[in-house]
Order: sequence, then structure tokens, then C-alpha cells
Amino acid sequence: MNFTDQLLQYLVNGITNGGIYALIALGFTIIYKSTDIINFAQGEFVMLGAVFMSTLYHHVHLNLAISFGLSVLAVAIIGILMEVLMIRPLRESSVVSQIMATIGASIFLRGAVMLIWGRNDLFVPFFSSGQPYRFFSAIFDRQYVWILAIALLAMSGLHLFYEKTIHGKAMTACAANKKASMLVGINVETMVILSFGLSAALGALAGGVLAPFGMKYDTGVTFGLKGFCAAIVGGLGNNVGAIVGGFVLGVVEELGAGLISSSYKNAISFCILLAVLLIRPQGILFIRSGERV
Amino acid sequence: MVKSIWKRIEQAHFFLFCLVVLAAPLALRRFDAGDYYLSVLVLAGINSIVVIGLNLLMGYAGQISLGHAAFFGLGAYSSGIVTTRFGLSPWLGFALSIGLNAAVAYLLAEPILKLKGHYLAMATLGMGMIFSSLFANLGITGGSEGIGVAKLSILGYVMNSRDLKEVNYYYFTWIVALVLVYLAVNLVNSRVGRALRAIHSSEVAAHSIGVDIAKFKTQVFVISAMYAGIAGSIFAHYSTFLCPPDFGLTQSIRLLTMGVIGGMSSIWGGLLGASILTMLPQVLDVFAEYDILVYGLLLILAIVFMPQGMSRKIALGWKKLTRQES
Repeated sequence: MNFTDQLLQYLVNGITNGGIYALIALGFTIIYKSTDIINFAQGEFVMLGAVFMSTLYHHVHLNLAISFGLSVLAVAIIGILMEVLMIRPLRESSVVSQIMATIGASIFLRGAVMLIWGRNDLFVPFFSSGQPYRFFSAIFDRQYVWILAIALLAMSGLHLFYEKTIHGKAMTACAANKKASMLVGINVETMVILSFGLSAALGALAGGVLAPFGMKYDTGVTFGLKGFCAAIVGGLGNNVGAIVGGFVLGVVEELGAGLISSSYKNAISFCILLAVLLIRPQGILFIRSGERV
Repeated sequence: MVKSIWKRIEQAHFFLFCLVVLAAPLALRRFDAGDYYLSVLVLAGINSIVVIGLNLLMGYAGQISLGHAAFFGLGAYSSGIVTTRFGLSPWLGFALSIGLNAAVAYLLAEPILKLKGHYLAMATLGMGMIFSSLFANLGITGGSEGIGVAKLSILGYVMNSRDLKEVNYYYFTWIVALVLVYLAVNLVNSRVGRALRAIHSSEVAAHSIGVDIAKFKTQVFVISAMYAGIAGSIFAHYSTFLCPPDFGLTQSIRLLTMGVIGGMSSIWGGLLGASILTMLPQVLDVFAEYDILVYGLLLILAIVFMPQGMSRKIALGWKKLTRQES
């Protein structure tokens, strides 16, 4: 393989990872916008999505698509429960307390999965079998196509939800100004619950498409952190930023890993994060957000 | 007047605590497993030192750190590298590792502490992740293979000698810990402590009355890192072998949990939280399988029901009791 071929392969891998990171970053952003909380359990939603899907497929013997759908639904319910049981009592607490509580939730979910499902990787079959596609000289795994397709579908769906539905508009309004939203008759509580459900569902979508590559109780952490980096790289609190941040992080990380050293792959992501935080904390996009950093 | 009484009470507490700490091994001698308990107490002492430093930074100055294991690891690894790779004296290693920690913290403080809230949390988390990646991949740290550390000796007398290892190390760790507790208590009761609390409650207000925010933040960050580094060195010579997983995100979060459960805004809370969470898994064998689960649950419950930590709860309960009696 010559250098250009390698670059192309890194790019393909990077864009695919980027799709995953973007989904997770969107989940962060949705919760952050509605509650000002950074949810450290976002990575666990990803992991749970894969674990539930594998269980439904192997033990309940449902077909792959139905397992996928049900697992997304189940994780959404877990997200809602998390909000009702844990986040709501902490409405008045400090940022540190809320961050710590979501860290607690993430540890708890990890522990629960470890107890119930053990420490081994869980798999589902690849969504479609057959030879990988070729894109010029790069190998394009069939699952990569699924990942990108589902990520793009989810993003378009989310966009339509925010633009076209009354609930979506209400959520946008809540994110912009809670008091004013209450005054025009929006139920803010419901919107917060909705945002947790939505965010968990996005995480589970990412988990479901990753499930064929194997997931276990502690795999979610890394994905959560990467999604987090992506959200900040794109600028915390806007959806376009989360998507752009996801793809940028995915590509830069893959290039860095390929050209510098793959054992420093994680370190590269966090160096990007630190660089963005120190140079442009508002994110790399030139979008003016109302927030002061 | 009120302050001097308070000071005296605190001093009395400290004196009592010293006595308990120094007498513990004598009491434990009666048990068969005394050595085992002592080893748990050594770890409790090591964790206490880190958590007290963390509380100075988070509880008093209000600066969140999700990457404190980085400094703990830096202290441990510099001790390991100095003794194993360069064959120098462990005591020189101690001095070097404290110096290195202070220098690294000083350099990082200025850019990182400019950030607030979530951004600060993310930056410290990123810092911790970068360090743990370095520990796991650099040649000099032994990578994922780990690295051995020389034993500690005073005047040719090896502290980790087989029959007296635990007792010697217990006294060494806790005497260092007591000195550091004393310094921390004095720090928070001084002008610096007041400045830090002012920064915590409102940076703008603190700045307007002439508190040099950047200077105090940097100072407390460096002090906090030095505490973690000292604990790291002690840990390195105690375990005599280091491997990267002990200094990653999980460790940072464990330290945070200790702080939160004990009470972030008190030195005694740090001691309490670190001791309880170090002993719990050891005392309850059942815990071992469920440790992650219980940790998470404890953390959530502590945040929801005791946002100020156990030490505050105990103090309030004590007040209630004494008031009812009088």
C-alpha cells in the first residue's frame, strides 16, 4: 500500500468513527441544552444499547432489526428513569454535585452490567454479510455503511424533529429560555424528560450499530469520552457543532493514530480537546452561541 | 474570641487523632490478621493524603479536578524511575518527585484554571487521560509491563523487612499524613484559606476586594498536586511495583468519590472519606464482586442525601445531640 492509499483508508475509518462520535456528541448536547448538565453516563447508554440488543437477539430470539429497535427503546426508558430518580432531586445543587451524580450513575450502570452479563464481550452478527465494498483503494466494511447510514438518518430525523414537530420546537424554546417557555405554557419538566430519553436513544443507536464489533461492561467509557471531546470541539451546546465536531475528531484522531502511533490514539483525542479548550473554548465553528465561557 | 475557641477545639481534635493513629498498631497486635489490617490502614493513609489535597482544591477553592490520578501517578512513577532506572536513593527520588509534581502543576495551572465549570472539568479530565496514556506507553515507565520500585530504607535499615514491614510502613505513612493534615488545617484557617473560600463563593467579588485570584488558584493547584505526588511516592515504595491501570480515570474517580462522601469542604472529611472507602471493600468480602456497583450507588446516594458529605452530617448530628442535652 502506498501512502495515498493509506491516507484514504484512514479517512474512511475516521469518517466512520466520526459518525459514531457525532451521535454520542449529539446526546451530550441535547441534555446539556435542556439542563446545563454534562452527562457522564452517555457512554453507558452506548454500551447498554449493544448489550440489550445482543441479549434480545441471542436469548429472546428476535430478529436483528427488532432487537435493535427494542434496545433503543429500553435504553431511552433508562435515560428517563435516570432523570426522574437522580437528576431531578439535584436541580438546585452545584455543577460539581451534578457531574459527580452522573459519574455515579455511569459507574452504577457499568457495575450492574458486569454483574448480570459478566466480563466478556457480547456480539451480534453483522447487519449484512458479504464482501466489503471497495472505495478506490480503501476497504469499506459493510458495517461501516450501516454505521454512516444510521448516523445520517438519526441526524436528519433529529433535525426534522426540532424543525417540524411541536415538541421539538418546545425543546428548543426550553433550551433558549426556561422561564419564558413556562410562561407560554410549555411543560418544562416534560421537555427535560424528553431530552434524556432522546439522548439515551441516540447513544443506544450508536451502541447498536457498533454491537457487531463487540461490547462489554466497560467499553462505553471510551466512547462517552470521545463523544464528549467531539461536543466540545464543535462547541458545547449546538447540534451542528456536535456533528461537525464528531467528524473532525474522528478523522483527525485516525490520521494521528495512523501517522504518529496507534497506541497514543486516545491521547491524541485528548490533546485535541485540550488544544480546543485552551485556544477556542467556544468550539472550532464560527457560530455565535449565547454562552460565555 | 470565637475563632480562638474553635482553634483550640480543632487542636484538641488533632491531638486526639494523633494519639489514635499512633496507638492503632498496638491495639491491632492482638489480632491474628493484624498485619493485614495494618496494610489496609497504610493504603487508607496514602489515599487520605491525596484526598486532602483534592479537597483543598475542590472543596475550598471550588476548582473541579477529574484528573488527580495524574499527579498521583507522576509522584509514583518518578520514584520508580529514579530508583529503578537510575539506581539513585529513594529519598532523592522523593525530593525529585515532589519537585517535578510542583513544576508540572505550576505549568499546567495557568492555562487550565482559566476555565470554569464544565470546561475546567473537561480539561482536567483530558489532562488525566493524557498522563495515563503516557504512563501506559512510554518506554521509561515500563509501559503496560509496569516497573519495579526499590524498597525504602533509613540508614541501611530496610523498612519493608519481611517481619516488620507493615508496622514500619504504617508509622511512616501516617506520620507523613499527620504532618500534611496539620499543614492543611493551618492553611485553611489562614489568610490563604479565606482567600480560597472567597474565590469559591464568587470570583468577581473576591477579585474586587483585592484577592489575586490567579495567584491563589495556582498556589492551591500546586499544593494539591504536591500532596498527590507525595502520596504517589509513598505508594510506589510500598507496593514496589507500578502498573498503569492504578493511575487512570478510575483512580481519579475513586479519589473524587472519597472526597465527596467524606465531605469536600473539610480536611477531616477527606480523612474520613478516604479511610471509609479504602476499608469498606477490604472489610466486606462480599463487596469485592459488587465493588463497582456499590461505588456508583454510594456516590449517587451521597450526592442526593448528603451533598455536604458525611463530616457535615456528623457535625450537625453532634450539635443536635449536645443541644438536646443542655
